[in-house]
Amino acid sequence: MMSALRNQKVRGILFQILTVIGLVAFLWYIGSNTMHNIEQRGIKTGFEFLDSTAGFGIDETPIAYTETDTHGRVFLVGLSNTLIIGFVGIIFSTILGLIIGVLRLSNNWLIRKMAATYIDIFRNIPILLQILFWYNVVLKSLPVPKKSLEFAGDIFLNNRGLYFPQPDLNSTTISILVSLGIAIISIIFLNRWANKKQENTGEDFPVFITGICMLIVFPILAYFIGGANFNFDIPALKGFNYRGGKSISPEFLALTFSLVIYTATFIAEAVRSGIEAVSKGQKEAAASIGLTQFQALKLVILPQAIRIAIPPTINQYLNLIKNSSLATAIGYPEIVTLFSGTSLNQVGQAIEIIAMTMLVYLTISLVVSALLNWFNHKMKIKER
Amino acid sequence: MAVYEQKAVKKAPSNSKGVIHWLKSNLFSTPLNVAMTLLGLAILFWIIPPFVQWAYTDANFSGETRSDCTGDGACWVFVKMKLDLFMYGFYPQEELWRLKSVLGLFVVQLFAFKFFKSIKHKFISFSIYLIIAFILINGGIFGLEIVPTDKWGGLMLTIVVAVVGIVFSFPIGIIVAFGRASNLPIIRSVCVTYIEFIRGVPLITILFMSSVILPLFFPEGITFDKLLRALIGITLFQAAYVAEIIRGGLQSISTGQYEAADAIGLSYWQKMLLVILPQALKVAIPNLVGAFISLFQDTTLVLIIGLFDLLAMVRITAADSTWLGMETEGYVFVTIVFWAFCYGMSRYSNKLEKQFNTNLK
Amino acid sequence: MTKLAKLSLAAIVLIGLSATAGTLEDTKKQGFVKCGIDGALPGFSEILSGGKYVGIDVDGCRAVSAAVLGDASKVKFISLNAKERLAALQSGEIDLLVRNTTWTQSRDTTLGLNFAGVNYYDGQGFMVRKDLGVKSALELDGASVCLQTGTTTELNVADYFRAHNMKYKTVAYDTNDQVVASYENGRCDILTSDASQLYGLRTKLKDKANHIVLPEIISKEPLGPVVRQGDDAWFNIVKWSFNAMVAAEEAGITSKNVDEMKMSSNPTAKRILGTEGKMGANLGLSADFAYQIIKQVGNYGEVFERNIGVNTPLNIKRGINALWTKGGLQYSPPFR
Repeated sequence: MMSALRNQKVRGILFQILTVIGLVAFLWYIGSNTMHNIEQRGIKTGFEFLDSTAGFGIDETPIAYTETDTHGRVFLVGLSNTLIIGFVGIIFSTILGLIIGVLRLSNNWLIRKMAATYIDIFRNIPILLQILFWYNVVLKSLPVPKKSLEFAGDIFLNNRGLYFPQPDLNSTTISILVSLGIAIISIIFLNRWANKKQENTGEDFPVFITGICMLIVFPILAYFIGGANFNFDIPALKGFNYRGGKSISPEFLALTFSLVIYTATFIAEAVRSGIEAVSKGQKEAAASIGLTQFQALKLVILPQAIRIAIPPTINQYLNLIKNSSLATAIGYPEIVTLFSGTSLNQVGQAIEIIAMTMLVYLTISLVVSALLNWFNHKMKIKER
Repeated sequence: MAVYEQKAVKKAPSNSKGVIHWLKSNLFSTPLNVAMTLLGLAILFWIIPPFVQWAYTDANFSGETRSDCTGDGACWVFVKMKLDLFMYGFYPQEELWRLKSVLGLFVVQLFAFKFFKSIKHKFISFSIYLIIAFILINGGIFGLEIVPTDKWGGLMLTIVVAVVGIVFSFPIGIIVAFGRASNLPIIRSVCVTYIEFIRGVPLITILFMSSVILPLFFPEGITFDKLLRALIGITLFQAAYVAEIIRGGLQSISTGQYEAADAIGLSYWQKMLLVILPQALKVAIPNLVGAFISLFQDTTLVLIIGLFDLLAMVRITAADSTWLGMETEGYVFVTIVFWAFCYGMSRYSNKLEKQFNTNLK
Repeated sequence: MTKLAKLSLAAIVLIGLSATAGTLEDTKKQGFVKCGIDGALPGFSEILSGGKYVGIDVDGCRAVSAAVLGDASKVKFISLNAKERLAALQSGEIDLLVRNTTWTQSRDTTLGLNFAGVNYYDGQGFMVRKDLGVKSALELDGASVCLQTGTTTELNVADYFRAHNMKYKTVAYDTNDQVVASYENGRCDILTSDASQLYGLRTKLKDKANHIVLPEIISKEPLGPVVRQGDDAWFNIVKWSFNAMVAAEEAGITSKNVDEMKMSSNPTAKRILGTEGKMGANLGLSADFAYQIIKQVGNYGEVFERNIGVNTPLNIKRGINALWTKGGLQYSPPFR
């Protein structure tokens, strides 16, 4: 018996069995308490609440919603707002992060220092504080609707949000959207073809310039094909506020702005460390085999820099999506505000609702880490 | 016969050190650079003078009431009058000496750190400090009146949450990291699940869970203080991040170290605690400081579940009817406080990183 | 089943039993009443700088403490937001909730809670800026509405606008402080909440005189103390502590004359104050429980005037909260 205990394998198995027993007992203890408490306090269980009428209004609804819709619909509205803020935030923080990261390595002393200062300031201020600051302090300084700031005649900014004209969905707008899609797809194929050609023949094809031309020419053609008929819905002051057109709420503006400002500092650092990690010898070697500066950047430096910069950047994307849950402090109707907030208050089924909310984030993070794994695999240095 | 003309004598190159040269090579080397410098200066000019004017030139510093706020700029009188609230929350006035002595003892503790050379002594003195600090803040023995946690607030609460979070998440994080690196499949998968779950969800949902669902997990009558619930949530959250960082440290240890420890007949725990962990921690320390910085920033989230941390105190004091319209000053003050803490810590972490880097070479 | 599991089951049962000893006994043993309040609502419950609690809800907690422990100061106040309040009561974190909570049928029946009375009859109203020139809620088509989430407010406002076929935009926050800050910043045209809260929140605005509460009251909001279901002794104590304050006002007993009234020949006053009859013993309290309430906290009228009445910044008239003898709704069943 004792000798068996000394055997590492046996001990390992024993230890695992004990862990499982402990874990099961703990979960069982919690589970039975919860069941007991739920029963005794008369809290409802199950997911029927998803079919019950929500009864409250929501300001920003990317998918159709009225007060008579269900809590299940509220969940979807919240989810789509979370995805929207994530998407917009990721795009802008990538752009800003890239710019700041490159400026951070600029050979201009002033610019370099300014970029470094920007990073040092904004990454060291809690994101919630930034959100509340932009929302409460900056919102306060915006004018009332009647005294809105005007840009380009038809764009208005006031303390209710940003209002701008929206083109009606007619044949012209649709054909332009379609043409943009075609342009993007053809650029992808063009790029593939050009790469192949370059590998086979060594001849270069100006993909970048051709691509830009396609992005410009296609929509212009489509504009005429579609009937050359733009009809804007222009916001106008009616009653309490502007109506018509497209509007962006101050909550969305404040939230996106702070998320972008904050996340960009981390992305900038990732970009910087990526570029710095490429050794000088690589650049010199590229130059010595006669690559132009642009070719060296495209074929030698960037592929190596990206390998280092992308994983932390993707992690920051995930952080950005998670941080968007802080919207609950300023009432932007994303999933935590709407579903874990308002719906939870109306329905009272905390366990189901918080579990569903967590599941959303877990799914997003699983997708992102799958993406990351795929990327790491693809980017692995192929040693020959 | 070819005629060679003598070329004009070139001027000596301008000083290759000097201010002018520095300006030229660093700010005005190319047209693009000139443009960027000018743009940079324009941005600075656009931001800094108005801020200085608001925060200093036009600001009010002296006085005691709202009516002393006469300038166009900031009114720092507000911050001055509310400083105790910002620092200590609603902690009773007559008990404030206790918090001040905790702060005083911290300075003593810093000296003790310089004095004690061995890690063990440092650890013991810090533990004693934490216990004394807890007794002083909470009360309950030695005739100290208990100060209920709903009176705790301000910067003191922020620090309490951050310190408790890091101190308790550390051992949990180490155990989970060991489990994660263990070759026992069940242990490993339990730890992986824990880490991935926590890291996959936002802190706010964990705080909601600990404030709304946690009470359901225990029989009626067992209740946790609101602060305690938040601390449990934050500790469990932080532990997952600490575990990942320590795992990174563990991975950097070569297998030779494990084998050597096995070869001299150390048990698993001896091997891990005496050989592997010290090396892994050394590698992990800069990242641990980084995790502490983000924990410090994350403490602000407790305001969403109704605790009065430093940021929450700004919102409360700004709603004080005798001091309306002062939230900008409050926010700027709190921003500076948070920034100073986080920036200080990140500098420290950079320093550590450099220190350890040179050691490795 | 493993031994460990059996042990933990036993532990649950034991702990469960010890917890159901009764709120009265527990409270006496602890030496304080655990009372949930809002904490940021002028007139109802507010923390002054220095940590002192004031308000009509706070006085409700004090009254129960005076009745049970003979000392109105033995209260542990716990500030709760709208989301936490009912869960806090259910879990036993607090034993009494006086946090302007609306008594509704579904709350009373489905949450394992009981409402022990009404300490303020309220209704939802709207506050707007005077310079908007709005005189009635029916002119609010297209307005943005700031409100606190987690309340019945959200549903009432949706119903009201829908019923009158008007459009609106909600901006919902989870704290009253943010609601007020955003309204002040001009994020919305209307602030909606229970009318009493509107008066309270108005005191937090910079330019108080420039805001009016519209005449329309769009809902019934009886606000009252809440206790857990299943402990009838405690339920009765809370109910009659509040009734005592109303009954005292009706009988003309105030904190100033309570000692004289105790000795007077007025039989009603004597029964309330415990010099006659067994009112206290019926509740398991000392005979003078109501005396302690009136002496230390005051009667309903005093509490009302001190915290939210016409001489306070809130400036609320008694209205429907007057005694039934004066045309209001405040009515205590007889002390007999």
